[in-house]
Amino acid sequence: MKFSQFLIRRLLYSILVLLGLSILIFTIARILPGDPARLALGPFAPEEQVEHLRHKMGMDKPLPLQYWNYIRGLFYGDLGLSFVTRRNVALDITHYLPATVELITMAIFWVFVIGVPLGVLSARYKDGWLDNTSRVIAFVGVSVPPFVVGLIGQLVFSYVLGILPTTGRLALLTPTPPTITGLLLLDSLIAGNFGTFGDALKHILLPSFAVAMTGIGQITRITRAGMIDVLNKDYIEAARAFGIPDCYVTFKYVLKPSFIAPMTILGLSFASQLGNAFLVETVFAWPGIAKYGIRAILRKDFNAIMGVVLIIGLAFVMVNFIVDVLAGYIDPRIRIQEETIEE
Amino acid sequence: MGNKYILEIRDLHVHFRVYEGISRVIDGVSLYIAKGERVGLAGETGCGKTVTMKTVMGMLKIPPAIIPCGEVCLDGRDILRMSPKEFLQIKGTEISVIFQDPMNALNPVFTVGEQFYDVIRFAQQRFSNGGNLSRERIRNKMIAALKEVILPDPERIANSYPLELSGGMRQRVLIAMALVNNPKLLIADEPGTALDVTIQAQILDLMSKLVETKGISVLLITHNLGVIQETTERVYIMYGGQVMETAPTNVLFGNPKHPYSQGLLSSVPRLTGGEIAEGIPGTVPDYITAPSGCRFHPRCNYAMPICAQKKPPLTMLESDHYVACYLYAKQGGQNE
Amino acid sequence: MKNKQRVLSSVNSEFTTTQWMVLKDKVGRAWYRFRRNPISITGGSIVLLVILLAILAPYVTPYPQHAGAFTDFLNAFQAPSKSYWFGTDEIGRDIFTRVIFGYRISLMLAVIVLGISVPLGVILGLTAGYFGGIIETIIMRITDVFLAIPPLLMALAICAAFTPTIEKAMLAIASIWWTWHCRLVCGITRSIKTEEFVQASWVIGDSHFRIIFKDILPNCMSAIIVKITLDAGFVILVGAGLSFLGLGTQPPKSDLGTMISYGAQYLPTKWWPTVFPSFAILFLILGFNLLGDGLRDMLDVETGGI
Repeated sequence: MKFSQFLIRRLLYSILVLLGLSILIFTIARILPGDPARLALGPFAPEEQVEHLRHKMGMDKPLPLQYWNYIRGLFYGDLGLSFVTRRNVALDITHYLPATVELITMAIFWVFVIGVPLGVLSARYKDGWLDNTSRVIAFVGVSVPPFVVGLIGQLVFSYVLGILPTTGRLALLTPTPPTITGLLLLDSLIAGNFGTFGDALKHILLPSFAVAMTGIGQITRITRAGMIDVLNKDYIEAARAFGIPDCYVTFKYVLKPSFIAPMTILGLSFASQLGNAFLVETVFAWPGIAKYGIRAILRKDFNAIMGVVLIIGLAFVMVNFIVDVLAGYIDPRIRIQEETIEE
Repeated sequence: MGNKYILEIRDLHVHFRVYEGISRVIDGVSLYIAKGERVGLAGETGCGKTVTMKTVMGMLKIPPAIIPCGEVCLDGRDILRMSPKEFLQIKGTEISVIFQDPMNALNPVFTVGEQFYDVIRFAQQRFSNGGNLSRERIRNKMIAALKEVILPDPERIANSYPLELSGGMRQRVLIAMALVNNPKLLIADEPGTALDVTIQAQILDLMSKLVETKGISVLLITHNLGVIQETTERVYIMYGGQVMETAPTNVLFGNPKHPYSQGLLSSVPRLTGGEIAEGIPGTVPDYITAPSGCRFHPRCNYAMPICAQKKPPLTMLESDHYVACYLYAKQGGQNE
Repeated sequence: MKNKQRVLSSVNSEFTTTQWMVLKDKVGRAWYRFRRNPISITGGSIVLLVILLAILAPYVTPYPQHAGAFTDFLNAFQAPSKSYWFGTDEIGRDIFTRVIFGYRISLMLAVIVLGISVPLGVILGLTAGYFGGIIETIIMRITDVFLAIPPLLMALAICAAFTPTIEKAMLAIASIWWTWHCRLVCGITRSIKTEEFVQASWVIGDSHFRIIFKDILPNCMSAIIVKITLDAGFVILVGAGLSFLGLGTQPPKSDLGTMISYGAQYLPTKWWPTVFPSFAILFLILGFNLLGDGLRDMLDVETGGI
């Protein structure tokens, strides 16, 4: 049906965006001043060594060729060598990425589990105490910098109350479970190691919440707004007039169209989660891709920067793709209208 | 109960609490529809027709709306004093609405079939107390209803989303949904005005046929006098939240007595020569600071001092022809 | 020809007189609604307060010399007291003073970023929306690519190039930010383009330029204003984040994010170098968000996202 067409179109579009992104970042990274080879080797290294490194890194070839080589390498999973760690960037990333993935996944979980119901209830009981409270919470959530949440959280829960740990993913003495996914929560569950699971959970609670705070605020507000908007629509009034009971109307006829609003900002929300993750990882010394990325930036480690940005871009594009598809599934208008515009 | 009337509205008052004060929209409206009768409610935009309809359908949000007094009886039962649960039993089954704007009356994210299904299902639940609920039967009923409104390929329509249907088709679907549960009273709010005229004519024709064969009483609300003349047996003329005149349609159209009715009818342009009509000077009243007494008096050429002091009662001129005007009250005649 | 011109100019000048009256009325009403909306009042007051404090910083703070390079190790890490309202930091500088001066930096950054990105975005958006066709497609696709990058990331990537100063970082953010305004304005333009009063101007013979600035732009203004206010809050948030990561102002200048980052090392015993700047920045961002939200409710505007 039209749905598969819709899907394919979205897919092509995503690939296009990724391509554009890669070109953009590549160009920026290459034309920036600063000599990474020199930086990597230090100011005292002899010139030939620097030249040698530059040659090895392929930096003396013309720009388009460099890009082409890079893209080719991508298909082999080769993201080039990091100047700093001297390892394959791809390897570095697989080392650091899971921690960030876990953090963001947990944050998204919070956003949905807290944000959406809060928004729905807020709209349902508009102007009641629940509504007013959640609006305040959402507001503060959107206004507070995530590292502040992290720091204050640390202060209150770790230092003052002492119930949650301050940094890291696991306490020093807790054994790490065998690495399957790299996601500690999953791995420890798979290994049946509930002690580790509990510890990992305790460690991820505060950071993930700090990351999620902005998202919770956003989703709550937009879910509420969307639902209020739908509640006022003619077709809801009509449904009631046809004798459909109120609770059925609310939970079926109001809810489904209301989900469109939070869907539209899901991509945006994800972007903010990513940004927040960077900040929060610093506060909690979380060994994720943020630390790696920042170091790469400060040291002008091109390949690493490219790798990190590409991965993030990929994640972003994937999320947007999923979101668009979901939105198209929920709301047939989106599918149908796209077609008519093209005509 | 053996009642003659399917709908009796007695001395209804509806007010709204708004920021600027209290908007007294409906000011003592009485309206009667006999069983099987087709009654029109006519008046210009803003005269309170839709508010009346919403009151009957229980669609008013009670704050900010206030109903200080009045009765609305459906087949003898006062629906204003019913609990929401009781009223839910009636909606969609004994009394149905056809909405003005077919574009927005259907939920865009569900197929027509899904929505239709729910309309039938909940009605069935009430009637047969759980029996008769098979999907098969409901679907058959739906297809039959869609066929009745002369929709080609009802199966496809049922599987379509509202966006995929034209305005005319959507209106037919809505009519089918309104009639599928065999209501006793059908309220049509400006049917077809959102569509172009030829489609509107078809829709009205269809509606007339259906209600005649099924013996459904109709309350047709519109500002379009042509439609009233074509499709109703009796008409109420409303202005400013008050009933000005009521009579059998051909009687009123042939011989309007109330100054407002006269103005209204003469302002309809005629194709058969003559000048362009004048219209009635002035504007619809503000319901917060509504004119006292007869609300039409500021615009009336025949206004007398008493018109501003007290609201004129409905005076009977002949059997079934009532006017709310002091011009005729002097001639003695019974009040309703 | 001369007659046509005379007719046109008289129509236009009449138009502008009534336009002026309508504008005055609109502004008057908007102000009335603003006054009555507690959210916008609160937000507006906060923003106004901070702006005033920032402008008058040298006169309002007890130790203006602490804002820059200043050391007083004897008084380092004083807890909040009457002489040092927010306490002192690790070098003995008054935190209250530095917070107020920090506000200066935050506000200036918002001005710079928005001053660049908003006009750029608006003009491109108007162009894309008005002319449509291939121009629109190109511009929109470019914005799509830019939007695919979280602003923080872009800022980080560009910071990699130059010595990390807060100005460069903000330029980086500005280089993405215009896309939001572009999208917003493009959307509004597209929907207004088909309205009758635009068609009317077209029929009279107004040039494209005139139509865009006389008919379309005023209708975008509400949305743009709301978005700018909300953006200010967000830009300050991102700026604080960047400073926190070490990519912002270098010492000895006082920037709120940097202050928090330095202060974090001394938690939990010496909490005031972290807590007060944290709340200070929260205060300012909250103010902008409240103001923006209140304005949005008041002007009844859709901003297409948060």
